[in-house]
Amino acid sequence: MGRRVAIVGVGQTKYVSKRKDVNTPELANEAVVGALQDAGLKISEIESTIFASAPEAFEGINCPDKWCVGGIGAANKPFMRINTGGMTGGSGFIAAFDHISSGMFDVVMVVAIQRVGESPDAQRILNTIFDPIYEKDIALNIISVCALQATRHMAKYGTTEEQMAKIVVRCHKNAQKNPYSHLKLNITVEDVLRSKYLCWPIKLLDACPRSDGACAVILASEEKAKKITPAPAWVNGLASITESYYVGDRLGWRGGDDDFTDGNSLRIVSKKAYQMAGIINPLEEVDVAEIYAPFSNLEIMDIEALGFCERGKGGEFIDKGIPEIDGKLPINPSGGVLTSNPIGATALIRIAEAALQVMGKAGEHQIADVKTALARTAGGTNQFHNVVILGRNAK
Amino acid sequence: MSGEEIIEGEEIIEIPGKWEIPYLYSAGKTASKFFYGLKHNKKIMGTKCKECSRVYLPPRSYCETCFLPIIDWVEVGEKGIVETFTIVLAKFEGFPEPPFIISYVRLDGADTCLANFISGIDLTDIEKAKKIIKVGMRVKVLFKDNPEGRITDFVFVPINP
Repeated sequence: MGRRVAIVGVGQTKYVSKRKDVNTPELANEAVVGALQDAGLKISEIESTIFASAPEAFEGINCPDKWCVGGIGAANKPFMRINTGGMTGGSGFIAAFDHISSGMFDVVMVVAIQRVGESPDAQRILNTIFDPIYEKDIALNIISVCALQATRHMAKYGTTEEQMAKIVVRCHKNAQKNPYSHLKLNITVEDVLRSKYLCWPIKLLDACPRSDGACAVILASEEKAKKITPAPAWVNGLASITESYYVGDRLGWRGGDDDFTDGNSLRIVSKKAYQMAGIINPLEEVDVAEIYAPFSNLEIMDIEALGFCERGKGGEFIDKGIPEIDGKLPINPSGGVLTSNPIGATALIRIAEAALQVMGKAGEHQIADVKTALARTAGGTNQFHNVVILGRNAK
Repeated sequence: MSGEEIIEGEEIIEIPGKWEIPYLYSAGKTASKFFYGLKHNKKIMGTKCKECSRVYLPPRSYCETCFLPIIDWVEVGEKGIVETFTIVLAKFEGFPEPPFIISYVRLDGADTCLANFISGIDLTDIEKAKKIIKVGMRVKVLFKDNPEGRITDFVFVPINP
Protein backbone atom coordinates (compact mmCIF):
# COMPACT_ATOMS: atom_id res chain seq x y z
CA MET A 1 0.00 0.00 0.00
CA GLY A 2 1.11 3.60 -0.71
CA ARG A 3 1.09 6.70 1.46
CA ARG A 4 -1.65 7.41 3.98
CA VAL A 5 -4.47 9.65 2.77
CA ALA A 6 -7.14 11.55 4.67
CA ILE A 7 -10.24 13.59 3.90
CA VAL A 8 -9.76 17.15 5.11
CA GLY A 9 -12.84 18.95 3.82
CA VAL A 10 -16.31 18.35 2.49
CA GLY A 11 -18.86 20.53 0.69
CA GLN A 12 -22.44 19.81 -0.39
CA THR A 13 -25.34 21.67 -1.96
CA LYS A 14 -28.91 21.35 -0.74
CA TYR A 15 -30.51 18.61 -2.84
CA VAL A 16 -33.73 19.64 -4.58
CA SER A 17 -35.72 18.64 -7.66
CA LYS A 18 -34.24 21.40 -9.75
CA ARG A 19 -31.85 24.28 -9.14
CA LYS A 20 -33.19 26.70 -11.74
CA ASP A 21 -31.19 29.52 -10.22
CA VAL A 22 -27.78 28.15 -11.25
CA ASN A 23 -26.21 26.61 -14.32
CA THR A 24 -24.12 23.45 -13.98
CA PRO A 25 -20.68 25.03 -13.35
CA GLU A 26 -22.28 27.38 -10.81
CA LEU A 27 -23.84 24.45 -8.98
CA ALA A 28 -20.51 22.65 -8.88
CA ASN A 29 -18.89 25.88 -7.67
CA GLU A 30 -21.09 25.92 -4.56
CA ALA A 31 -19.89 22.49 -3.47
CA VAL A 32 -16.27 23.43 -4.13
CA VAL A 33 -16.51 26.68 -2.17
CA GLY A 34 -18.10 24.74 0.68
CA ALA A 35 -15.31 22.16 0.73
CA LEU A 36 -12.57 24.81 0.63
CA GLN A 37 -14.19 26.68 3.51
CA ASP A 38 -14.54 23.45 5.47
CA ALA A 39 -10.86 22.66 4.99
CA GLY A 40 -9.66 26.24 5.34
CA LEU A 41 -7.86 25.99 2.01
CA LYS A 42 -7.52 28.26 -1.02
CA ILE A 43 -8.33 26.94 -4.50
CA SER A 44 -4.68 27.40 -5.44
CA GLU A 45 -3.74 24.77 -2.87
CA ILE A 46 -5.68 22.10 -4.79
CA GLU A 47 -3.09 20.46 -7.05
CA SER A 48 -5.34 18.30 -9.23
CA THR A 49 -9.08 17.98 -9.80
CA ILE A 50 -11.24 14.97 -10.52
CA PHE A 51 -14.66 15.66 -12.00
CA ALA A 52 -17.27 12.96 -11.50
CA SER A 53 -20.62 12.84 -13.23
CA ALA A 54 -22.73 10.00 -14.61
CA PRO A 55 -24.48 9.62 -18.01
CA GLU A 56 -24.70 12.93 -19.83
CA ALA A 57 -28.17 12.22 -21.08
CA PHE A 58 -29.58 13.45 -17.77
CA GLU A 59 -28.44 16.98 -18.47
CA GLY A 60 -28.32 16.68 -22.24
CA ILE A 61 -24.84 18.15 -22.40
CA ASN A 62 -21.89 16.05 -23.49
CA CYS A 63 -18.61 16.39 -21.61
CA PRO A 64 -19.91 18.63 -18.82
CA ASP A 65 -16.40 18.32 -17.37
CA LYS A 66 -15.20 20.78 -20.01
CA TRP A 67 -17.83 23.31 -19.10
CA CYS A 68 -17.36 23.01 -15.35
CA VAL A 69 -13.60 23.63 -15.29
CA GLY A 70 -14.06 27.32 -14.53
CA GLY A 71 -16.65 26.82 -11.81
CA ILE A 72 -14.52 24.29 -9.93
CA GLY A 73 -11.17 26.08 -10.16
CA ALA A 74 -9.63 23.29 -12.22
CA ALA A 75 -7.93 25.36 -14.89
CA ASN A 76 -4.15 25.19 -15.22
CA LYS A 77 -3.97 21.95 -13.29
CA PRO A 78 -4.20 18.25 -14.11
CA PHE A 79 -7.81 17.20 -14.66
CA MET A 80 -9.87 14.14 -15.48
CA ARG A 81 -13.47 12.98 -15.51
CA ILE A 82 -14.74 9.71 -14.09
CA ASN A 83 -18.05 7.95 -14.81
CA THR A 84 -19.19 4.64 -13.35
CA GLY A 85 -22.92 5.25 -13.32
CA GLY A 86 -24.21 5.43 -9.77
CA MET A 87 -20.75 4.72 -8.41
CA THR A 88 -19.28 7.74 -10.20
CA GLY A 89 -18.63 9.72 -7.01
CA GLY A 90 -17.03 6.66 -5.41
CA SER A 91 -14.74 6.01 -8.37
CA GLY A 92 -13.83 9.69 -8.42
CA PHE A 93 -12.86 9.33 -4.79
CA ILE A 94 -10.76 6.26 -5.54
CA ALA A 95 -8.95 8.19 -8.29
CA ALA A 96 -8.27 11.09 -5.93
CA PHE A 97 -7.00 8.66 -3.30
CA ASP A 98 -4.68 7.02 -5.83
CA HIS A 99 -3.36 10.42 -6.93
CA ILE A 100 -2.13 11.03 -3.38
CA SER A 101 -1.32 7.53 -2.21
CA SER A 102 0.99 7.13 -5.18
CA GLY A 103 3.02 10.11 -4.10
CA MET A 104 2.21 12.10 -7.24
CA PHE A 105 0.15 14.78 -5.48
CA ASP A 106 -0.44 16.03 -1.93
CA VAL A 107 -3.82 17.79 -2.07
CA VAL A 108 -6.53 16.73 -4.53
CA MET A 109 -10.21 17.55 -4.86
CA VAL A 110 -12.97 15.40 -6.30
CA VAL A 111 -16.15 17.20 -7.39
CA ALA A 112 -19.25 15.16 -8.21
CA ILE A 113 -22.42 16.55 -9.73
CA GLN A 114 -25.66 15.55 -11.40
CA ARG A 115 -28.73 17.45 -12.49
CA VAL A 116 -31.35 14.75 -12.81
CA GLY A 117 -33.92 17.56 -12.85
CA GLU A 118 -32.83 18.85 -16.26
CA SER A 119 -34.78 16.09 -18.04
CA PRO A 120 -38.30 14.90 -17.24
CA ASP A 121 -37.77 11.14 -17.14
CA ALA A 122 -34.79 9.39 -15.60
CA GLN A 123 -35.97 5.86 -16.37
CA ARG A 124 -36.12 6.52 -20.10
CA ILE A 125 -32.49 7.59 -19.94
CA LEU A 126 -31.58 4.65 -17.75
CA ASN A 127 -33.09 2.26 -20.29
CA THR A 128 -30.31 3.38 -22.65
CA ILE A 129 -27.64 1.83 -20.45
CA PHE A 130 -28.84 -1.60 -21.54
CA ASP A 131 -27.26 -2.91 -24.73
CA PRO A 132 -29.43 -2.28 -27.79
CA ILE A 133 -28.91 -5.83 -29.09
CA TYR A 134 -30.38 -8.05 -26.40
CA GLU A 135 -31.73 -6.08 -23.46
CA LYS A 136 -32.96 -2.58 -24.29
CA ASP A 137 -36.13 -3.89 -25.95
CA ILE A 138 -37.13 -5.78 -22.82
CA ALA A 139 -38.16 -2.51 -21.15
CA LEU A 140 -35.40 -2.77 -18.57
CA ASN A 141 -34.61 0.24 -16.44
CA ILE A 142 -33.12 0.72 -13.00
CA ILE A 143 -36.42 0.22 -11.20
CA SER A 144 -37.16 -3.08 -12.95
CA VAL A 145 -33.64 -4.43 -12.38
CA CYS A 146 -33.69 -3.53 -8.69
CA ALA A 147 -37.17 -5.05 -8.45
CA LEU A 148 -35.78 -8.28 -9.95
CA GLN A 149 -33.22 -8.36 -7.16
CA ALA A 150 -35.93 -7.89 -4.57
CA THR A 151 -38.08 -10.68 -5.99
CA ARG A 152 -35.22 -13.16 -5.93
CA HIS A 153 -34.08 -12.12 -2.44
CA MET A 154 -37.64 -12.55 -1.20
CA ALA A 155 -37.92 -15.97 -2.83
CA LYS A 156 -34.60 -17.10 -1.36
CA TYR A 157 -34.86 -15.67 2.13
CA GLY A 158 -38.43 -14.59 2.83
CA THR A 159 -37.58 -10.88 2.91
CA THR A 160 -40.80 -8.86 3.10
CA GLU A 161 -42.16 -5.60 1.74
CA GLU A 162 -42.71 -4.58 5.34
CA GLN A 163 -39.01 -4.86 6.10
CA MET A 164 -38.31 -2.73 3.02
CA ALA A 165 -40.84 -0.19 4.28
CA LYS A 166 -39.13 0.12 7.67
CA ILE A 167 -35.97 1.24 5.87
CA VAL A 168 -37.88 3.95 4.03
CA VAL A 169 -39.47 5.28 7.22
CA ARG A 170 -36.09 5.43 8.95
CA CYS A 171 -34.34 7.22 6.10
CA HIS A 172 -36.98 9.91 5.88
CA LYS A 173 -36.96 10.40 9.62
CA ASN A 174 -33.17 10.73 9.58
CA ALA A 175 -33.33 13.14 6.65
CA GLN A 176 -35.28 15.58 8.78
CA LYS A 177 -32.08 16.25 10.70
CA ASN A 178 -29.98 16.74 7.55
CA PRO A 179 -30.16 20.30 6.15
CA TYR A 180 -29.05 19.06 2.71
CA SER A 181 -31.70 16.39 2.24
CA HIS A 182 -34.16 16.61 -0.63
CA LEU A 183 -37.08 14.61 0.78
CA LYS A 184 -38.07 14.57 4.42
CA LEU A 185 -41.48 12.92 4.48
CA ASN A 186 -43.39 12.13 7.65
CA ILE A 187 -44.45 8.63 6.76
CA THR A 188 -45.30 5.34 8.38
CA VAL A 189 -44.75 1.75 7.27
CA GLU A 190 -48.43 1.71 6.27
CA ASP A 191 -47.92 4.73 4.03
CA VAL A 192 -45.09 2.96 2.24
CA LEU A 193 -47.05 -0.26 1.82
CA ARG A 194 -50.01 1.65 0.43
CA SER A 195 -47.96 3.66 -2.09
CA LYS A 196 -48.44 2.64 -5.70
CA TYR A 197 -46.41 -0.13 -7.27
CA LEU A 198 -43.80 0.82 -9.82
CA CYS A 199 -42.35 -2.62 -10.51
CA TRP A 200 -43.49 -5.23 -8.02
CA PRO A 201 -42.31 -5.40 -5.27
CA ILE A 202 -40.91 -1.87 -5.47
CA LYS A 203 -43.41 0.85 -4.67
CA LEU A 204 -43.21 4.60 -5.14
CA LEU A 205 -42.04 5.21 -1.59
CA ASP A 206 -39.43 2.45 -1.85
CA ALA A 207 -37.76 4.52 -4.55
CA CYS A 208 -35.33 7.43 -4.51
CA PRO A 209 -36.19 10.94 -5.77
CA ARG A 210 -34.62 12.66 -8.78
CA SER A 211 -32.36 15.37 -7.43
CA ASP A 212 -30.03 18.14 -8.57
CA GLY A 213 -26.91 18.52 -6.50
CA ALA A 214 -23.15 18.56 -6.11
CA CYS A 215 -20.61 17.40 -3.57
CA ALA A 216 -16.89 18.10 -3.24
CA VAL A 217 -14.34 16.27 -1.11
CA ILE A 218 -10.75 17.35 -0.53
CA LEU A 219 -8.14 14.70 0.22
CA ALA A 220 -4.59 15.21 1.43
CA SER A 221 -1.44 13.26 2.14
CA GLU A 222 -0.67 12.42 5.75
CA GLU A 223 1.82 15.22 6.15
CA LYS A 224 -0.45 17.87 4.67
CA ALA A 225 -3.62 16.54 6.33
CA LYS A 226 -2.14 16.95 9.79
CA LYS A 227 -1.36 20.60 9.03
CA ILE A 228 -4.76 21.32 7.46
CA THR A 229 -7.06 20.02 10.17
CA PRO A 230 -6.84 18.56 13.69
CA ALA A 231 -9.52 16.03 12.77
CA PRO A 232 -9.00 14.47 9.35
CA ALA A 233 -10.97 11.38 8.33
CA TRP A 234 -8.31 8.75 7.54
CA VAL A 235 -8.91 6.43 4.63
CA ASN A 236 -8.13 3.14 6.34
CA GLY A 237 -9.82 0.77 3.93
CA LEU A 238 -10.67 1.04 0.24
CA ALA A 239 -11.64 -1.59 -2.31
CA SER A 240 -13.71 -1.85 -5.46
CA ILE A 241 -14.83 -4.33 -8.06
CA THR A 242 -16.97 -4.74 -11.13
CA GLU A 243 -19.21 -7.68 -11.89
CA SER A 244 -19.97 -8.97 -15.38
CA TYR A 245 -22.31 -6.84 -17.42
CA TYR A 246 -25.20 -9.19 -18.15
CA VAL A 247 -27.63 -9.52 -15.26
CA GLY A 248 -28.37 -12.99 -16.64
CA ASP A 249 -24.73 -13.95 -16.00
CA ARG A 250 -25.07 -12.92 -12.39
CA LEU A 251 -27.93 -15.10 -11.27
CA GLY A 252 -25.78 -18.04 -10.25
CA TRP A 253 -24.27 -20.37 -12.81
CA ARG A 254 -26.12 -23.63 -13.14
CA GLY A 255 -25.62 -25.14 -9.71
CA GLY A 256 -23.04 -22.49 -8.85
CA ASP A 257 -22.68 -19.38 -6.75
CA ASP A 258 -22.18 -15.81 -7.99
CA ASP A 259 -25.68 -14.45 -7.55
CA PHE A 260 -25.88 -10.70 -7.62
CA THR A 261 -28.93 -10.71 -5.41
CA ASP A 262 -26.67 -12.07 -2.68
CA GLY A 263 -24.20 -9.27 -3.19
CA ASN A 264 -21.33 -11.66 -3.72
CA SER A 265 -19.11 -9.00 -5.28
CA LEU A 266 -19.79 -6.64 -2.41
CA ARG A 267 -18.82 -9.43 -0.06
CA ILE A 268 -15.43 -9.69 -1.75
CA VAL A 269 -14.93 -5.93 -1.68
CA SER A 270 -15.92 -5.47 1.94
CA LYS A 271 -13.60 -8.31 3.04
CA LYS A 272 -10.71 -6.56 1.31
CA ALA A 273 -11.58 -3.19 2.83
CA TYR A 274 -12.00 -4.67 6.32
CA GLN A 275 -8.65 -6.42 6.00
CA MET A 276 -6.95 -3.18 5.04
CA ALA A 277 -8.57 -1.39 7.96
CA GLY A 278 -7.83 -4.19 10.41
CA ILE A 279 -11.52 -4.81 11.12
CA ILE A 280 -12.38 -8.31 12.23
CA ASN A 281 -15.94 -7.95 13.53
CA PRO A 282 -17.75 -5.39 11.39
CA LEU A 283 -20.94 -5.22 13.47
CA GLU A 284 -18.90 -4.40 16.56
CA GLU A 285 -16.20 -2.25 15.04
CA VAL A 286 -18.09 -0.12 12.50
CA ASP A 287 -19.86 2.73 14.28
CA VAL A 288 -21.96 4.05 11.40
CA ALA A 289 -22.56 3.17 7.76
CA GLU A 290 -23.69 5.17 4.74
CA ILE A 291 -25.05 2.74 2.17
CA TYR A 292 -25.89 3.48 -1.46
CA ALA A 293 -29.41 2.07 -1.69
CA PRO A 294 -31.62 3.95 -4.15
CA PHE A 295 -34.33 1.35 -3.51
CA SER A 296 -35.12 0.06 -0.05
CA ASN A 297 -34.56 -3.64 -0.80
CA LEU A 298 -30.92 -2.97 -1.75
CA GLU A 299 -30.09 -1.96 1.80
CA ILE A 300 -31.16 -5.37 3.04
CA MET A 301 -28.92 -7.16 0.56
CA ASP A 302 -26.02 -4.84 1.39
CA ILE A 303 -26.30 -5.38 5.13
CA GLU A 304 -25.72 -9.09 4.52
CA ALA A 305 -22.95 -8.63 1.99
CA LEU A 306 -21.14 -6.15 4.24
CA GLY A 307 -20.98 -8.87 6.86
CA PHE A 308 -23.16 -7.08 9.42
CA CYS A 309 -25.27 -10.24 9.59
CA GLU A 310 -25.47 -13.65 7.99
CA ARG A 311 -26.64 -14.23 4.44
CA GLY A 312 -30.40 -14.08 4.27
CA LYS A 313 -30.80 -12.41 7.68
CA GLY A 314 -30.88 -8.83 6.45
CA GLY A 315 -34.64 -8.56 6.93
CA GLU A 316 -34.33 -9.76 10.52
CA PHE A 317 -31.57 -7.18 11.09
CA ILE A 318 -34.07 -4.48 10.06
CA ASP A 319 -36.79 -5.94 12.27
CA LYS A 320 -34.44 -5.80 15.27
CA GLY A 321 -33.95 -2.05 14.79
CA ILE A 322 -30.17 -2.31 14.63
CA PRO A 323 -29.79 0.37 11.91
CA GLU A 324 -32.00 2.94 13.64
CA ILE A 325 -30.39 6.25 14.61
CA ASP A 326 -30.21 5.09 18.23
CA GLY A 327 -29.45 1.48 17.29
CA LYS A 328 -26.27 -0.53 17.51
CA LEU A 329 -25.17 0.31 13.96
CA PRO A 330 -26.94 3.39 12.56
CA ILE A 331 -27.31 3.14 8.80
CA ASN A 332 -27.81 6.23 6.63
CA PRO A 333 -28.11 8.81 9.40
CA SER A 334 -28.01 11.36 6.55
CA GLY A 335 -31.25 9.98 5.17
CA GLY A 336 -29.38 8.09 2.47
CA VAL A 337 -30.18 7.77 -1.21
CA LEU A 338 -33.90 7.23 -0.63
CA THR A 339 -34.14 10.89 0.34
CA SER A 340 -31.59 12.51 -2.02
CA ASN A 341 -30.27 11.15 -5.29
CA PRO A 342 -28.26 13.44 -7.60
CA ILE A 343 -26.96 10.29 -9.26
CA GLY A 344 -23.36 11.17 -10.19
CA ALA A 345 -22.83 12.86 -6.85
CA THR A 346 -24.64 10.36 -4.65
CA ALA A 347 -21.73 7.98 -4.14
CA LEU A 348 -19.42 10.81 -3.11
CA ILE A 349 -22.10 12.05 -0.72
CA ARG A 350 -22.03 8.68 1.06
CA ILE A 351 -18.29 9.08 1.54
CA ALA A 352 -18.66 12.75 2.52
CA GLU A 353 -21.33 11.89 5.10
CA ALA A 354 -19.18 9.10 6.51
CA ALA A 355 -16.32 11.63 6.75
CA LEU A 356 -18.54 14.16 8.54
CA GLN A 357 -19.41 11.49 11.09
CA VAL A 358 -15.76 10.67 11.76
CA MET A 359 -14.77 14.35 11.88
CA GLY A 360 -17.61 15.15 14.29
CA LYS A 361 -19.15 17.62 11.84
CA ALA A 362 -22.45 15.93 11.04
CA GLY A 363 -24.46 18.44 13.08
CA GLU A 364 -27.90 17.31 14.10
CA HIS A 365 -27.50 13.86 12.58
CA GLN A 366 -24.13 13.24 14.24
CA ILE A 367 -23.82 9.81 15.82
CA ALA A 368 -21.97 9.91 19.14
CA ASP A 369 -18.31 8.95 19.30
CA VAL A 370 -17.68 7.71 15.77
CA LYS A 371 -14.25 6.15 15.42
CA THR A 372 -14.97 4.14 12.28
CA ALA A 373 -17.42 4.92 9.49
CA LEU A 374 -18.14 2.84 6.42
CA ALA A 375 -19.36 4.12 3.06
CA ARG A 376 -20.68 1.67 0.49
CA THR A 377 -21.12 2.98 -3.05
CA ALA A 378 -22.65 1.18 -6.03
CA GLY A 379 -23.44 1.76 -9.67
CA GLY A 380 -24.50 0.46 -13.05
CA THR A 381 -27.45 -1.73 -11.96
CA ASN A 382 -25.34 -2.96 -9.08
CA GLN A 383 -22.51 -3.97 -11.35
CA PHE A 384 -19.92 -1.72 -9.69
CA HIS A 385 -19.14 -1.87 -5.98
CA ASN A 386 -16.89 -0.01 -3.61
CA VAL A 387 -16.35 0.21 0.13
CA VAL A 388 -14.49 3.01 1.89
CA ILE A 389 -13.63 2.77 5.57
CA LEU A 390 -12.79 6.00 7.34
CA GLY A 391 -11.28 6.30 10.78
CA ARG A 392 -10.68 8.98 13.34
CA ASN A 393 -7.25 7.44 13.76
CA ALA A 394 -4.99 6.36 10.93
CA LYS A 395 -4.56 2.60 10.56
CA MET B 1 -27.54 32.81 -2.83
CA SER B 2 -28.71 29.22 -2.86
CA GLY B 3 -31.90 27.22 -2.93
CA GLU B 4 -34.83 27.91 -5.20
CA GLU B 5 -35.23 31.64 -4.65
CA ILE B 6 -36.45 33.68 -7.58
CA ILE B 7 -35.31 37.28 -7.51
CA GLU B 8 -38.20 39.70 -7.56
CA GLY B 9 -38.70 41.17 -11.00
CA GLU B 10 -36.11 38.97 -12.75
CA GLU B 11 -37.18 35.99 -14.80
CA ILE B 12 -35.19 32.75 -14.45
CA ILE B 13 -34.87 31.32 -17.94
CA GLU B 14 -34.90 27.67 -18.98
CA ILE B 15 -33.72 26.91 -22.51
CA PRO B 16 -35.40 23.94 -24.21
CA GLY B 17 -33.30 21.28 -25.93
CA LYS B 18 -33.65 17.76 -27.30
CA TRP B 19 -31.34 14.98 -28.49
CA GLU B 20 -32.74 13.38 -31.62
CA ILE B 21 -29.92 11.29 -32.93
CA PRO B 22 -30.47 8.24 -35.15
CA TYR B 23 -28.10 5.29 -34.73
CA LEU B 24 -27.34 2.02 -36.47
CA TYR B 25 -25.91 -0.21 -33.74
CA SER B 26 -23.52 -2.92 -34.91
CA ALA B 27 -24.88 -6.18 -33.58
CA GLY B 28 -21.83 -8.08 -34.83
CA LYS B 29 -21.48 -11.49 -36.47
CA THR B 30 -22.32 -13.49 -33.36
CA ALA B 31 -25.54 -11.71 -32.46
CA SER B 32 -26.52 -11.68 -36.13
CA LYS B 33 -26.20 -15.47 -36.24
CA PHE B 34 -28.34 -15.73 -33.11
CA PHE B 35 -31.04 -13.55 -34.65
CA TYR B 36 -30.88 -15.51 -37.90
CA GLY B 37 -31.65 -18.61 -35.85
CA LEU B 38 -34.67 -16.89 -34.33
CA LYS B 39 -36.01 -15.57 -37.60
CA HIS B 40 -35.47 -18.51 -39.93
CA ASN B 41 -35.49 -21.54 -37.64
CA LYS B 42 -37.36 -20.42 -34.54
CA LYS B 43 -34.46 -21.86 -32.57
CA ILE B 44 -32.50 -20.36 -29.69
CA MET B 45 -28.76 -20.95 -30.00
CA GLY B 46 -26.10 -20.30 -27.37
CA THR B 47 -22.33 -20.38 -27.66
CA LYS B 48 -20.25 -22.87 -25.71
CA CYS B 49 -16.73 -22.36 -24.39
CA LYS B 50 -14.42 -25.29 -25.25
CA GLU B 51 -12.40 -24.70 -22.11
CA CYS B 52 -15.01 -24.43 -19.32
CA SER B 53 -18.05 -25.79 -21.22
CA ARG B 54 -20.25 -22.87 -20.18
CA VAL B 55 -23.11 -22.17 -22.54
CA TYR B 56 -23.82 -18.46 -22.91
CA LEU B 57 -27.15 -16.84 -23.65
CA PRO B 58 -27.16 -14.23 -25.06
CA PRO B 59 -24.38 -15.80 -27.14
CA ARG B 60 -20.84 -14.39 -26.86
CA SER B 61 -17.89 -14.64 -29.16
CA TYR B 62 -15.56 -14.86 -26.14
CA CYS B 63 -15.77 -16.54 -22.77
CA GLU B 64 -15.56 -13.97 -20.03
CA THR B 65 -14.35 -16.46 -17.46
CA CYS B 66 -11.59 -18.06 -19.55
CA PHE B 67 -11.05 -14.97 -21.69
CA LEU B 68 -10.82 -17.13 -24.78
CA PRO B 69 -12.66 -16.94 -28.10
CA ILE B 70 -15.74 -19.14 -28.47
CA ILE B 71 -16.66 -20.65 -31.80
CA ASP B 72 -19.05 -23.50 -30.92
CA TRP B 73 -22.82 -23.06 -31.11
CA VAL B 74 -25.35 -25.23 -29.33
CA GLU B 75 -29.11 -25.28 -29.48
CA VAL B 76 -30.65 -24.80 -26.05
CA GLY B 77 -33.91 -26.22 -24.80
CA GLU B 78 -37.29 -24.64 -25.38
CA LYS B 79 -38.06 -24.76 -21.69
CA GLY B 80 -36.46 -23.26 -18.63
CA ILE B 81 -36.70 -21.85 -15.13
CA VAL B 82 -37.70 -18.37 -14.03
CA GLU B 83 -34.73 -17.24 -11.95
CA THR B 84 -36.26 -13.87 -11.21
CA PHE B 85 -38.98 -11.54 -12.47
CA THR B 86 -40.82 -8.32 -11.81
CA ILE B 87 -44.34 -7.20 -12.63
CA VAL B 88 -44.19 -3.72 -14.15
CA LEU B 89 -47.24 -1.86 -12.92
CA ALA B 90 -46.45 1.78 -13.61
CA LYS B 91 -46.41 3.46 -16.99
CA PHE B 92 -42.94 4.65 -17.98
CA GLU B 93 -42.58 7.05 -20.88
CA GLY B 94 -41.55 5.17 -24.03
CA PHE B 95 -42.19 1.76 -22.45
CA PRO B 96 -45.07 -0.69 -23.09
CA GLU B 97 -48.39 -0.20 -21.35
CA PRO B 98 -48.44 -1.90 -17.97
CA PRO B 99 -49.01 -4.43 -16.58
CA PHE B 100 -46.39 -6.75 -17.98
CA ILE B 101 -43.80 -9.16 -16.61
CA ILE B 102 -40.04 -9.00 -17.22
CA SER B 103 -38.11 -12.13 -16.39
CA TYR B 104 -34.67 -13.73 -16.52
CA VAL B 105 -35.01 -17.36 -17.53
CA ARG B 106 -32.36 -20.07 -17.54
CA LEU B 107 -33.28 -22.22 -20.53
CA ASP B 108 -32.41 -25.91 -20.30
CA GLY B 109 -28.83 -26.35 -21.40
CA ALA B 110 -27.77 -22.74 -20.87
CA ASP B 111 -25.60 -21.56 -17.99
CA THR B 112 -26.70 -17.93 -18.08
CA CYS B 113 -30.16 -16.41 -18.05
CA LEU B 114 -31.90 -14.62 -20.87
CA ALA B 115 -34.19 -11.63 -20.37
CA ASN B 116 -37.61 -11.46 -21.94
CA PHE B 117 -41.27 -10.85 -21.21
CA ILE B 118 -43.54 -13.50 -19.72
CA SER B 119 -46.96 -13.69 -21.35
CA GLY B 120 -49.98 -15.83 -20.76
CA ILE B 121 -50.56 -14.91 -17.15
CA ASP B 122 -53.75 -13.06 -16.40
CA LEU B 123 -52.68 -9.72 -14.97
CA THR B 124 -56.15 -8.28 -14.46
CA ASP B 125 -55.94 -9.44 -10.86
CA ILE B 126 -52.41 -8.70 -9.70
CA GLU B 127 -52.85 -10.38 -6.32
CA LYS B 128 -53.85 -13.60 -8.10
CA ALA B 129 -51.00 -13.26 -10.58
CA LYS B 130 -48.47 -12.90 -7.77
CA LYS B 131 -49.47 -16.35 -6.59
CA ILE B 132 -48.89 -17.89 -10.01
CA ILE B 133 -45.64 -16.31 -11.14
CA LYS B 134 -42.80 -17.49 -8.94
CA VAL B 135 -39.04 -17.80 -8.91
CA GLY B 136 -38.39 -21.43 -9.86
CA MET B 137 -41.45 -21.70 -12.10
CA ARG B 138 -40.99 -23.56 -15.41
CA VAL B 139 -41.74 -21.69 -18.61
CA LYS B 140 -41.36 -22.35 -22.31
CA VAL B 141 -40.45 -20.26 -25.30
CA LEU B 142 -43.25 -19.07 -27.59
CA PHE B 143 -42.25 -17.57 -30.91
CA LYS B 144 -44.39 -15.03 -32.69
CA ASP B 145 -45.79 -16.06 -36.04
CA ASN B 146 -43.50 -13.86 -38.09
CA PRO B 147 -40.21 -13.43 -36.29
CA GLU B 148 -38.08 -10.49 -37.40
CA GLY B 149 -34.69 -11.49 -36.11
CA ARG B 150 -34.88 -9.51 -32.86
CA ILE B 151 -34.96 -10.46 -29.17
CA THR B 152 -38.67 -9.66 -29.18
CA ASP B 153 -39.36 -12.57 -31.57
CA PHE B 154 -40.33 -14.70 -28.61
CA VAL B 155 -41.74 -14.52 -25.13
CA PHE B 156 -41.83 -16.97 -22.25
CA VAL B 157 -45.12 -18.57 -21.28
CA PRO B 158 -46.06 -20.80 -18.36
CA ILE B 159 -45.83 -24.49 -19.21
CA ASN B 160 -48.94 -25.36 -17.24
CA PRO B 161 -51.25 -22.34 -17.46
